[in-house]
This record gives sequence, C-alpha cells and structure tokens, in this order.
Amino acid sequence: MEQAIMAENIRVLVAKPGLDGHDRGAKVVAAALRDAGMEVIYTGLRQTPEMIVEAAVQEDVDVVALSVLSGAHMTIFPRVMELLRERGVQHMLLTGGGIIPTSDAEELAEIGVGKLFGPGTSTRDIIAYIKEEVGHRRVADEI
Amino acid sequence: MKLLDRFFAGDRAALSRVITLLENDRARRSDILDRLYPRSGKARRIGITGPPGSGKSTLADRLTARLLQHGRTVGIIAVDPTSPFTGGALLGDRLRMQGSWDDPRVFMRSLADRNHTGGLSEATPHAMTALDAFGTDVIIVETVGVGQSTLDVSDVSDTTVVLLTPESGDSIQAMKAGLMEIADVLVVNKSDREGADRFASELKMIVDMGRWEEGWKPSVLSASARDDTGIDDLYERLGAHGDYLAGEGRLQARRLRQGRSAIEKALAELWQGRLTALRESGDAMDRLSERVARRELTPLAAAREMMEEAAD
Ligand code: B12
Ligand SMILES: Nc1nc2c(ncn2[C@@H]2O[C@H](COP(=O)(O)OP(=O)(O)OP(=O)(O)O)[C@@H](O)[C@H]2O)c(=O)[nH]1
Ligand SMILES: [Mg+2]
Repeated sequence: MEQAIMAENIRVLVAKPGLDGHDRGAKVVAAALRDAGMEVIYTGLRQTPEMIVEAAVQEDVDVVALSVLSGAHMTIFPRVMELLRERGVQHMLLTGGGIIPTSDAEELAEIGVGKLFGPGTSTRDIIAYIKEEVGHRRVADEI
Repeated sequence: MKLLDRFFAGDRAALSRVITLLENDRARRSDILDRLYPRSGKARRIGITGPPGSGKSTLADRLTARLLQHGRTVGIIAVDPTSPFTGGALLGDRLRMQGSWDDPRVFMRSLADRNHTGGLSEATPHAMTALDAFGTDVIIVETVGVGQSTLDVSDVSDTTVVLLTPESGDSIQAMKAGLMEIADVLVVNKSDREGADRFASELKMIVDMGRWEEGWKPSVLSASARDDTGIDDLYERLGAHGDYLAGEGRLQARRLRQGRSAIEKALAELWQGRLTALRESGDAMDRLSERVARRELTPLAAAREMMEEAAD
C-alpha cells in the first residue's frame, strides 16, 4: 500500500538528447514506467542538455531519464549533470540507458550519474531501481 | 531561504516546487494558498478544450509565440489523463510545444488528472493561482481531450476556446458534451484538411441559432495550428473578448460566479475528507453495518448518523 501511494507520485522525464533517432527504447521504457504507476513526461527527439534540464525544472521531476544509442553519452551525461547542479536540482536522479559500455558507465557513476541500462534489460529492473532511488532522494521543503 | 521566499523572489525552480506541493501535500496546501491567493487575480486566463488530438497543444504553442511577440510572459498548464488501472500517466503535451517552453518567459507544466473528472486535475486551479501570484501575464490551460462532462475549464478561464476539427461528427459530439455552451471562441482547427470550410459554415449556423449573452456571440474561426494560419485572428478575438469582459463589470461577474463554484468544490473536498476519515477510522462503519445487517437500522439512517458524526 505504502509502495503504491509512493509510485503514484513519481514523476519522470524521458528524453532523447542530440540527433540520435533511436526512439524505440525510450518509448518502451516510458510506457513501462507509466504502467508501473508513474507520471512520465516524454519530450521526444532532438533535445539539447539545456532543454532537458529546463523541462526537468518546470516539471519538477524526480528522475531525468535519458536514452542514448548514438555514442554521445560521454558528453551528454556530464553536461546534463553540470546543468542540474547549476540549477540547484541535483537531488533529481539522472539515469538512462542505450548503448553504453560498462567502463563508461563506471566513469559516469563517479560524477554522480545513476545506473545506466543496456540492451535486453528487463523494464522490471528499471522500475525497481527508480522506486528504490527516489525513495531516499526526496527532499523536504520548508515553506 | 524558505521555499515561498524564493518563489516571491522569482525563482522558477521554487514555482515548480510549489506546484508540486499544491498537488501532493494536502496538509500544507491550504497554508501555501493562504500566501499566494491574495497575490493572484491579475493574470489573463485562457482555457483551451476540445476532442483528443484536435490540436490543443499545437495551437497553445502557436498562441504562446504570439503572446511572446507582444511582450507577455506565459504560463501553460496541460492536463492529460491518468490511467484508472495503474495510476500512471503519459504526459505528452510538451512534445507538441517545442516552439515555446524553452523560452525564459514561458513556464509550462504537465499535470496528470489523477482520475479527477471534469477535464482538469484537482490541483489545476491551485497551479494557476501559483502562476498568477508568480506574476505571469497570461495563463493558458489545456484540458484533457474531452469526452463527457469535461467542462471545468470554464470555471477557471476568462475566455474559453473550444477547438474542433473537420472530422465528421465533431459538431454533434460537441453539442452533446455541452461544449458549445462554454465556448467564448470556437476554432475549427486542421482547416488545411478536406471539408473544413463546410464544417465551419455548419458550425456558424449552429451558433446563429443559439441564445447568447448580450453583446457576445462566439465567433467561428478557421485555423491550422500545424501551418500556423488563423492564429492572428484568434489572437485578435481573444483581445476583443478581453475588452468585452472589461466592460460593465462583466469580468467581475464572471469571477464571482467562478468564486462560487470554487467554494462549492472546496466544500465538497472538505466534506469528502471528513467522510473518508470517518470511513477509514472504521468503528462507525463497523458498528452501523452490523445494525444494518440485523435490520435494526436502514442504510439511509446509518448514513445520516455517519454524516452527523462527520459534521462535528
Ligand atoms: C532498430 C535500430 C535502428 C533503427 C531505429 C528505429 C527507431 N525508431 O528506433 C534504424 C534503422 C532507424 C537505425 C538507424 C541507425 N542506427 Co541503429 N540500431 C538499431 C538496433 C538494431 C536496435 C535498437 C532498438 O530499437 N532496440 C530495441 C530497444 C527496445 O532496445 P534499446 O533501445 O537498447 O533499449 C533498451 C536498453 O538499452 C535500455 N534503455 C534504452 N533507453 C533507455 C532509457 C532509459 C531512461 C532507461 C532507464 C533505459 C533505457 O532499456 C531498453 C529496454 O531494455 C541497434 C542494435 C542493438 N542491438 O541495439 C542498432 C544501433 C543502435 N544502431 C546503430 C547505428 C550506428 C545506426 C545508424 C547510425 C546507422 C547508419 N549508419 O545509418 C543509424 C542512425 C539513425 C539515427 N538518426 O540516429 C549502432 C550504434 C553504435 C554505437 N552507438 O556505437 C547500433 C548499436 C548497431 C551496431 N551494433 O552498430 N537503427
Ligand atoms: N493537419 C493538421 N494536423 C494538425 C494540426 N494541428 C495539430 N495537428 C496534428 O494533430 C496531432 C495532435 O496534435 P496535438 O496538438 O497533440 O493535439 P491535442 O489536442 O493537444 O491532443 P491531446 O492533448 O492528446 O488531446 C499532431 O500530430 C499534430 O501535429 C493542423 O492544424 N492540421
Ligand atoms: Mg495536448
């Protein structure tokens, strides 16, 4: 019960950065997260890191989830991370997936990027990871 | 710095956070609104409604571009349906608004309706209050694609724009759903398509037959949000409706009516909250259901007893 109430309010931004046109994975993940009870904002293709972070701020999401199959992950993830910090929303989980070698994912983890999921990942694992992470990232505001 | 201080200092991330709390945090909602409500009421509020896929988001995007050209700041709230089965929602309106939300003078927020009926989410009016108190000049609210009884938008808008498309049956559907009554401006979108002119003249005939408030009859405009045509006409009509409202205390009258309906909703919400608490506390329900089962008490009498307890 506790779990279900939590999931209802999890908000996720799913975006495709850059010129990468592979959008099947992003759509599959977006649909799976929705079916897991999350509110998913899908911004579609060709998003710049600036657009992604602006949308994340306006939507006050818990999770920024990027799908990158173009090989540009080593420039995109660090840039988005940097912008999240600049805007003061570093509590948001930055995660994603696509074609990302393990060694790169490890390097990105060092700058604070969350888990990155490769081809063949079960969406169940993604859902479980997001629920778990969001649970202890939420910040309480003093009004 | 506390959240509302940041909000009043013009911090967009704080505005965004405030909207989240208004949506999620029932306990603090009323404290936040106490601070925001007195500072709201200055924004121009435009509602856009119409069938699913009729082009509401695309049109809102185009309209926003015009408003920016005229030096206005714009807030957009777009509501999409929540699945009643999973509680999840895919909020896709931003996809069709790529031209506008990336501008620093625009703030766009997608809201799931969280199974609230009426075409808007329960928190939508509160989110509009937040945008308003933040100093936004014009607020555009896009409803979920209408089915039945999704008319709440007229309760929160100064001007309601109803969007229809030339696809057959739309005008009949719209009449059934009561859309014609709430329209201040009617737009036939996708007028780049076959049959648009004929549809527009049919619609004009329907409007001519209707009975309208003294001084304002909804005009029927043709537009193509995709091709960006007819948007200047819409902008001009919205201006004209603004002038109409400004005359003879009409805006005041409209806001009085909206105030009434907002109080009614708040009342229902409070009442509902008490009932839920009562139901969840269990003992009244347990006690009374037993007596109802033994036929000592009618269900109606039991409900009345619960209501009296809830009122204390
Ligand atoms: C289908 C496909 C295409 C289709 C894309 C159709 C579409 N609309 O998506 C088409 C034919 C258009 C295409 C074109 C190209 N492709 Co291609 N394509 C593939 C292919 C075969 C499958 C991708 C796919 O859809 N998988 C199914 C989905 C469901 O899986 P997925 O995307 O991997 O997603 C899963 C995980 O990665 C993860 N995930 C993905 N995104 C996200 C996001 C989040 C938030 C999370 C949590 C998880 C997550 O979870 C998903 C579920 O398990 C892959 C090879 C492969 N086996 O991956 C090559 C591949 C991705 N393509 C490749 C290339 C090079 C191209 C082209 C450049 C080829 C060319 N020279 O023209 C073009 C570029 C097009 C463009 N504009 O970007 C390379 C990329 C190489 C690289 N990055 O180093 C690959 C890896 C093939 C290869 N081995 O060389 N491609
Ligand atoms: N031909 C044509 N297509 C249009 C026009 N306006 C919008 N569309 C297309 O219609 C589809 C739906 O447009 P949206 O703007 O998302 O419509 P909507 O009413 O916001 O949809 P929902 O929010 O899902 O109810 C998109 O594919 C648009 O590109 C138009 O004037 N002409
Ligand atoms: Mg829309």
